[in-house]
Amino acid sequence: MTAIAVPATRARRGLNSTYLTIELRRLLRNRRGIIFTLVMPPVFFLLFGTVSSYKTESVGHANVTAWIMISMALYGAILSTTSGGASVSIERAQGWTRQLRLTPLSPVTYVATKVAVAMVMGLGAVVVTAAVGMASGATGDTSRILVSLALAWVGSSVFAAFGLFMGYLLPSENVMQVLGPVLALLSFAGGLFMPLGDGVFATIAQFVPTYGLAEIVRGPITDEGVSMWAVVNVVVWGIVFVVGAAWRFRRDTARV
Amino acid sequence: MTTELLDTPVTGTLALDLRGLRKSFGTVRAVDGLDLAVRPGEVVAFLGPNGAGKTTTIDMLLGLAEPDEGTVQVLGLEPTSAIAAGRVSAVMQSGGLLKDLTVAETIELTASFFRGTRSPKEVMERAGIADIADRRVGKCSGGQQQRLRFALALLPDPDVIVLDEPTTGMDVEGRRDFWNALRADAARGRTIIFATHYLEEADAYADRIVLVSHGRIVADGSAAQVKSLTSGRVVSASFAGPLDEAALRALPGVQDVEVRRERVIIRTTDSDAVARHLLTATDATDLEIAARGLEDAFLALTTDHAESTGSIA
Repeated sequence: MTAIAVPATRARRGLNSTYLTIELRRLLRNRRGIIFTLVMPPVFFLLFGTVSSYKTESVGHANVTAWIMISMALYGAILSTTSGGASVSIERAQGWTRQLRLTPLSPVTYVATKVAVAMVMGLGAVVVTAAVGMASGATGDTSRILVSLALAWVGSSVFAAFGLFMGYLLPSENVMQVLGPVLALLSFAGGLFMPLGDGVFATIAQFVPTYGLAEIVRGPITDEGVSMWAVVNVVVWGIVFVVGAAWRFRRDTARV
Repeated sequence: MTTELLDTPVTGTLALDLRGLRKSFGTVRAVDGLDLAVRPGEVVAFLGPNGAGKTTTIDMLLGLAEPDEGTVQVLGLEPTSAIAAGRVSAVMQSGGLLKDLTVAETIELTASFFRGTRSPKEVMERAGIADIADRRVGKCSGGQQQRLRFALALLPDPDVIVLDEPTTGMDVEGRRDFWNALRADAARGRTIIFATHYLEEADAYADRIVLVSHGRIVADGSAAQVKSLTSGRVVSASFAGPLDEAALRALPGVQDVEVRRERVIIRTTDSDAVARHLLTATDATDLEIAARGLEDAFLALTTDHAESTGSIA
């Protein structure tokens, strides 16, 4: 048997615009997803952030309302990116990832597309929360607020990795039913919903994955600066999530 | 274990070339020394009961699973290269579709993964799903979903299509529509291999039937040969004195001789010869001839006779 030369591969490389377009269309079709990521964070902001005293109280370069708006934008962004990443679990459960292995699509492109779509969702959450916030009394140094919002979006990529990791780890179709409450808990514990003060909770918070991001994202509008701990927190958790996601991803795509 | 085809000189590249395949899951030997050569243009049924190793073999020939031993070549290529080149595609048993996409979107999306495919419109027509292009996959019947999988498999215009029990769970009509679509396409000279546990399906749609049992090939022949094999009869008779079993086995057409107390049971394709022998050359009495059901023949071949049955010539 003489093996013939491998023909030029017909696989396409890099991100594929048809895939991105269809994935974005799927996002818009998912009503429950939209409510969780685009409606809940601004509603939380309106409930907790628009007390009249907050509008006059300053945190340094913006009012408390802006501080809460930015926190909620970050919350919405991490909720979005986590659920975007975690959507791999649904697609694994439906056998879609297996089907993709019968096409030239590379698994890396698949994950890159999932992350790109998760980041679009995160951007949506940030923009909607900011629009509602700016229209409802959040004020301060606009350029600093914009830097904070941009940091919230970029930083939420850490949670896209978290979502991927969990999506590959948990074999469930409803992984967000677990991750939703987990994120809410992490957000409380990490000081995303309220200032931590100086007690034992503040000490615990330093080890929670949302803590570092919250500190860094709010840094520009406060005068406190960003602690070394916050940076270490984000870097360490980021490494944990990326390595975890890569480990599970390799396992998922390995030939058995 | 040899098949007739491996003995004939092979010219050109085989569509499928599986050699000495073995694959175990823990202590279970799913595939246990399987050799199979399929020439371009053949329509082959991979027939066997559940658990015979059909799906495991298919996973290995698609590069989804790695054999413990042996080699797989598809059109002379590694399975993953053949997949990446769009030269082999597959219709899997179930799953593999996103419920929230429409039929047309699923095809458009899959087409975007290849460089150069047949047009989505054309494959939908070929698979008979052009009328449900805008339907959500989750709202399609099992048969429609299967024809969608078939449409996806047609996209790269592959040389080889592999189907794993493609009609499982379909109603009669869905099954007929599916096979009609496949049949129409097979006329174009594509190599098709499908796993099934329906004997009728294998008979109706394949040129060649490969019977697998316990991870090995127990018979391999044309549909007509397998059919003649399964159209045999069962001759039974009582006997009082000693019985020459070897003489019975030597009769033309005899496949199996079984002695149960004072009764002998012979499976044969030539019941006349056996009856004549029993009544003239032995003191057998109380002779019965019964038609042998397809199921009986199938079970006899695929259960515990793996060693005794070779190729059907």
